[in-house]
Amino acid sequence: MMHSGANTLTGRALHPGSSSGELLILDQPISFWGGVDHHGVIIDVHHPQCGVSVASKVLVMTSGRGSSSATAVLAELIRAKKAPAAMIFTECDIILVIGALVSAEIYQIQMPMVELTADSYAKIPKSGSISVEADDDNMVALIKW
Amino acid sequence: MSNLILTQEEQGMLAGDQGPAIAMCMRLIVGVAKANQATRLIEVESAHADGCLYHGIAGLEYTEKLVELGGKVKVRTTTNVSSLDLLHPELIHADKTLATNGKRLMDAHLALGCEATWTCAPYQTGHRPSFGSQIAWAESNAIVFANSVLGARTDRYGDFLDISAAIVGRVPFAGLHTDEGRKASLVLDFSEISRELLNEESAWPAIGALLGDIAESKVVAIIGLPGDLSDGGLTEDRLKGLGATAASSGGVGLFHIVGVTPEAPNLGAVVNTKVETIKITTQRLRASRDRLTTAVGDDLDAVSLGTPHFSLAEFENLANELSGGDKFSSAIDFYVSTSRGVLQKAEALGYAQILISAGGRIVTDTCTYVTPVLNPKIKTVMTNSGKWAWYAPGNLGIETILGSVKECISSARAGKLVRNDALWR
Repeated sequence: MMHSGANTLTGRALHPGSSSGELLILDQPISFWGGVDHHGVIIDVHHPQCGVSVASKVLVMTSGRGSSSATAVLAELIRAKKAPAAMIFTECDIILVIGALVSAEIYQIQMPMVELTADSYAKIPKSGSISVEADDDNMVALIKW
Repeated sequence: MSNLILTQEEQGMLAGDQGPAIAMCMRLIVGVAKANQATRLIEVESAHADGCLYHGIAGLEYTEKLVELGGKVKVRTTTNVSSLDLLHPELIHADKTLATNGKRLMDAHLALGCEATWTCAPYQTGHRPSFGSQIAWAESNAIVFANSVLGARTDRYGDFLDISAAIVGRVPFAGLHTDEGRKASLVLDFSEISRELLNEESAWPAIGALLGDIAESKVVAIIGLPGDLSDGGLTEDRLKGLGATAASSGGVGLFHIVGVTPEAPNLGAVVNTKVETIKITTQRLRASRDRLTTAVGDDLDAVSLGTPHFSLAEFENLANELSGGDKFSSAIDFYVSTSRGVLQKAEALGYAQILISAGGRIVTDTCTYVTPVLNPKIKTVMTNSGKWAWYAPGNLGIETILGSVKECISSARAGKLVRNDALWR
């Protein structure tokens, strides 16, 4: 924020955690149920990024889509260490937030999730590595690259 | 900053005053409330849990952890369909993992104090929350039925959150729990559709598919549809099918039918401001019905009825249609899915025996599209259910044909598709 060279954005923390990874910006939302396999690879044939892996990426999409069973699929991916490192949305996806909350309970793995305004969302770089820190106490998240 | 304010009791529950299981469930409920920007929690009167259908290890570990920590549901909690049929185990071709873990998951729900209803239609087995009551229900068809037909209030809950809400007896006050969240933001007008067509059973899943398509997850008010919820079951079963299909093709959690459903005596009761009205044509309804049929030609291998679970009124109608008629063709497998509660009554009244002697099979505790029931050789299935028709092609790789119960029976007797399209032309 203060020092030159570091770009930052702030957003609303949906689930706490601290993580970093390569950016993966999805052209379209995806349903984790039926859309992502147990290795973290996108298998929805209608999705433009079919075949791409979400594992360990900072996954950026406007929102999730589809069935409430996506909660269990995300929790399974987190357990198998094939989940994204963090997720950034413009619209809170509660189904996926529950997946993160459950994984924190049973696997003690904290995956940060962040909601950005559309303005901030547009400022995310197209590629590269970014870090995400989401704080539970004041529900604020910091994104740096 | 979170705007969530907890009562003193709720703060204590979160801190572990009422035991570790309640604290664990409170962390989940509070986490969701914060993400949803709810300002408070509300108490619920009942819950319906769908986490008893096995999706993988995470669900099993979460539920068994709650058992281990001494969790018990605070409110009446019924269970949704499971992955197994405990009454007719020979009908399910589950592998060892599914059989073992599926049973462990069911046992864990019972250990938490849930009722062994194992049905997606708890409202048919005596779990009918009163008008205006706050509840925490999962399972998309049960949610839309409780909200729309009963006028109870639940948001759209799913795995983990359902059982957690049952254990703490609370949910975030948001969405469909609030007056504002239950207002319609769109009106669909069906007054141009002929009464004859609306008397066709298949019109109702077609309306549902169209509603889900147009509404996505919005609340919609519908005008121009007939119905009377005190007619002994016909309207209720039509709306069951409509809602289940709308919750499949879209994310519909509540619809109002003006003059029929309890919150909508008139349009003004469910619409605040001026909203858009879309007039539905027969052509558009037909296109929506046609999406629920993927098969080409008249080959048929099986019939599946009872998604959501068959009601007693549907059993009575089925038995009347079957009485004195031919048996089903030996080439057709004929399944009816229902709850053990409804089956008991259907047996007492003789309806179940009529179906069995015609060559039918009855599945309980589960459903033919969520667990391996159908013979792997089956390619084309006829159903009266828009929900089954929506999911089976993707879930099971099966071609579907939507038809009325009458047409399903005629087809099963003939061993090939028999369907009257006259009214749809």
